[in-house]
Amino acid sequence: MDLGPHAVFIWTAYGATALIVLALVARAILDERRQKQALVKLEAQGIRRRSAAKPADHLR
Amino acid sequence: MAMGKIATLANPSFFMGLTDRVLPWLAAVTIALFAVGLYVGLFVAPPDYQQGESVRIMFVHVPSAWLAMFCYTLIAISSIGSLIWRHPLADVAAKTAAPLGAAFTLLALVTGSLWGKPMWGTYWVWDARLTSVLILFFLYLGLIALWDAIEEPLRAGRAAAILALVGFVNIPIIKFSVDWWNTLHQPASVARLDGPAIHHTLLIPLLIMALAFTCLFVWLHMKAMRAEILRRRVETMTIRSVSHMAELKAAE
Repeated sequence: MDLGPHAVFIWTAYGATALIVLALVARAILDERRQKQALVKLEAQGIRRRSAAKPADHLR
Repeated sequence: MAMGKIATLANPSFFMGLTDRVLPWLAAVTIALFAVGLYVGLFVAPPDYQQGESVRIMFVHVPSAWLAMFCYTLIAISSIGSLIWRHPLADVAAKTAAPLGAAFTLLALVTGSLWGKPMWGTYWVWDARLTSVLILFFLYLGLIALWDAIEEPLRAGRAAAILALVGFVNIPIIKFSVDWWNTLHQPASVARLDGPAIHHTLLIPLLIMALAFTCLFVWLHMKAMRAEILRRRVETMTIRSVSHMAELKAAE
């Protein structure tokens, strides 16, 4: 694919987009996983949410 | 009745269950839209008669800029929900949207600079459009800093909601800056009263990429909201466990 004399600008723009998008996706997945693990750890210690009828139901 | 339905939909537990089912489908749709959008944008769309191949930067720059403004509007609407109805989910929505808004604004600024250099001969000018978008980026950073600075989530949410609503004045300034002032940035070419000024061969990939970016944003926002709801549950349970331990010690 020949993007002409401005290829470096086009590829840098797409590269920056890919980098930021992948960082956002990774952050979203890792953050949720970290919180789920913390919640499971607390529930394993016998600590329950006051309103939790079925503990860790949302972690299915 | 309508308010009751909204209250049910905005219930954190209901939200967790709903997003659990929706997110995998949304991820699949987003990936498919990006695959089609990138293929059409990079391989099918012709070069622009004036800008040549560099017009392809538009397919990532314009959706990022739209999301930068959409995200702030979402924060402002959530802030109203947070201030008036004090709904915790509105607070969670506003808080988790700010880092996403900052990222898409940064992306709009970076890709805009990379498009500006070959077209205008410079990466940056202090014209009304570019400067107002830079202010939007700083507003996002201010909101993130405010949420981090105040430990108690409800107080932080109220302070951030007030800042977000005051800062909303910047959104129409960004949108109409190209009409109100003489800017190097081109005027609106898609959302115009007399119809888009872009040829359909470039407009179609742009709209597909805009839809892909929007789906990505919704996915990221739902994931971030889920993490924030879980974080608040963890914090509440940790506090309860600490106070329970203290009570036990006192009883000994």
